[in-house]
Amino acid sequence: MNLFCVGLSHHNADVEAREYFAGHVESDRALRNCGCNEALVLSTCNRVEVYAACEKRVSTDEIARCLVRDDLPHRFAPPFYRYEGEKCAQHLFRVTSGLDSMVVGETEILGQAKKAYEAARATGAAGRYLHRLFQRAFRVAKQVRTHTEITRGAVSVGSVAVDLAHKIFGDLQNCKVLVLGAGETSERTIRALVSRGVADLRVSNRSPERGEALALAVNGRAIAFEQWLEQCREVDILITSTASEVPLLWQEKLAPMLRERIDRPLFIIDIAVPRDVAPDVNALDGVYLYDIDSLQSIAEQSLATRRAQVAAAEQIISQHVAEFGEMITLGLNCPVQSSEHPTVGIVEQGS
Amino acid sequence: MDRYLLIVSTVCFLVAIGHTALEMRGGIFRPMRFNFFAVGLGFIFQTAFLSIRGHALGRCPITNLFEVIVFVAWSIALFYMLVGPGYRLSLMGAFTAPLVVLLQLFALLAPIDKPHPVRLRANSWLEFHASIALVAYGAFALACIAGVMYLVQERQLKTHHLHSIFYHLPPLTDLFAAITRLLWWGFALYTLGLISGFFVGEPLPWIQITCAIGVWFLYGLILQGRYLHWFAPKRVAALCIIGFSAALTLLWGITFTAQTHTP
Repeated sequence: MNLFCVGLSHHNADVEAREYFAGHVESDRALRNCGCNEALVLSTCNRVEVYAACEKRVSTDEIARCLVRDDLPHRFAPPFYRYEGEKCAQHLFRVTSGLDSMVVGETEILGQAKKAYEAARATGAAGRYLHRLFQRAFRVAKQVRTHTEITRGAVSVGSVAVDLAHKIFGDLQNCKVLVLGAGETSERTIRALVSRGVADLRVSNRSPERGEALALAVNGRAIAFEQWLEQCREVDILITSTASEVPLLWQEKLAPMLRERIDRPLFIIDIAVPRDVAPDVNALDGVYLYDIDSLQSIAEQSLATRRAQVAAAEQIISQHVAEFGEMITLGLNCPVQSSEHPTVGIVEQGS
Repeated sequence: MDRYLLIVSTVCFLVAIGHTALEMRGGIFRPMRFNFFAVGLGFIFQTAFLSIRGHALGRCPITNLFEVIVFVAWSIALFYMLVGPGYRLSLMGAFTAPLVVLLQLFALLAPIDKPHPVRLRANSWLEFHASIALVAYGAFALACIAGVMYLVQERQLKTHHLHSIFYHLPPLTDLFAAITRLLWWGFALYTLGLISGFFVGEPLPWIQITCAIGVWFLYGLILQGRYLHWFAPKRVAALCIIGFSAALTLLWGITFTAQTHTP
């Protein structure tokens, strides 16, 4: 049996090219009609890949034809890659472990792969060969996540802020959040916080209309700009992103309010440039001030850590590839027919 | 023979430390299931040691400084087993093991395992009084460890320098809640120990009573300060460390006078 993978990803095709080949409901059936005994389409925003097992060799061209939408422009030939046997397994293990992702170590792809596998299994498109391949891939991904720090830390400003909030408050459900300034970045940060359970949101903006609009959009309540400082007695998280040229909050202004809330920390996320909060505020007990630079620096640090873990992850993968390779030689192998070659415009990689 | 059990127990705790050190060297911290089992195994050997020693003495094995230190180490491990998984303080084992090893190594290496000059009569109230107070020390020790964890986490958040350990330490509010509960447990047990001292039926040296009341006041003050908002959480965490260091010193004083004083 010949096990192979054909696909397009963010590495070799832009979103426009990927759009034309994004998997559709009929893909599985079409693939089996063209000679694949088993076929699975993994279609995400960053990749469109077909994993298949077949007795005779099915060319990359045929696979592409099964995937393509009818409105593909003439002469448009995106560079598909193709991996066979062990290389196919290695590629899938790298994909599910997040090594092939745009953001190294992201975990969403594992869920997407599981969904694709479940869907293919339900329709009977995935049989015992793909079952073995994907079960092994899920095992590898789990091992990589457990034994390396490939998924450690957040890599965007919004998710860094959420991670920090979690490390200060634990459960975010009871946290009160005040947003000062209705900018785009603060909206993204609020949405990230809402996704982690924050329910009490207050928005204050110089222009009340924009404040109210944002409050409505995030299911919060608008606060008059003159009253934002008073809110600091109550709130746990303060997000500032105003266009003010001078700091709006400094040590002497905040210190008296903290006396009433000595055992409750205050997390301040200052995304504004120039900054809304004077840096000396961080010296106050129980106050944790992060500006855009410090958030970005943590995100970069996390990304660097993830990249540094790639070698360790590759080592785990290579062990599994070797084991899976033995399985292939024992029962999943099928000689490649040399008469089949990719057609013009289709670039093949791997063996 | 019983000392071998204590040596094996110390080795178990050392293994937990070694495992943490290796993980730190590799820049990877994972939830410490391994540490929990290593500490658990160490705890079993500690219990075996205390049980054998207790049978040999025919009473609770807290007759000299050596036994008292081992009993405190046992109480620390006991509280870790109860509190660590309950509060999801997965890394607490990594912080608990060094303290237990320090105490047990001191007990094993220092020439303090001297039999009491006089074979002590069994006095159930005296044994209850002393043992419950030492179990309270276990809670104070864990509060001290949680205090260290709090300060480590707080420092990282303040300075924006996040080490690998940051991602595995519990949130500040959870740590503070654990500190408060441990202080309450310790304080309640210590109070029970003090009250039971009145039923011992034997005169106790005044220095012992003063030291014991001093420790009680110290922890009472920390709790009072926490609830009356005199101290910020960071100060409470620091006071837990200072408090336990002071309590340990006073314990040495209490044990020393108990050994020289024969009722």
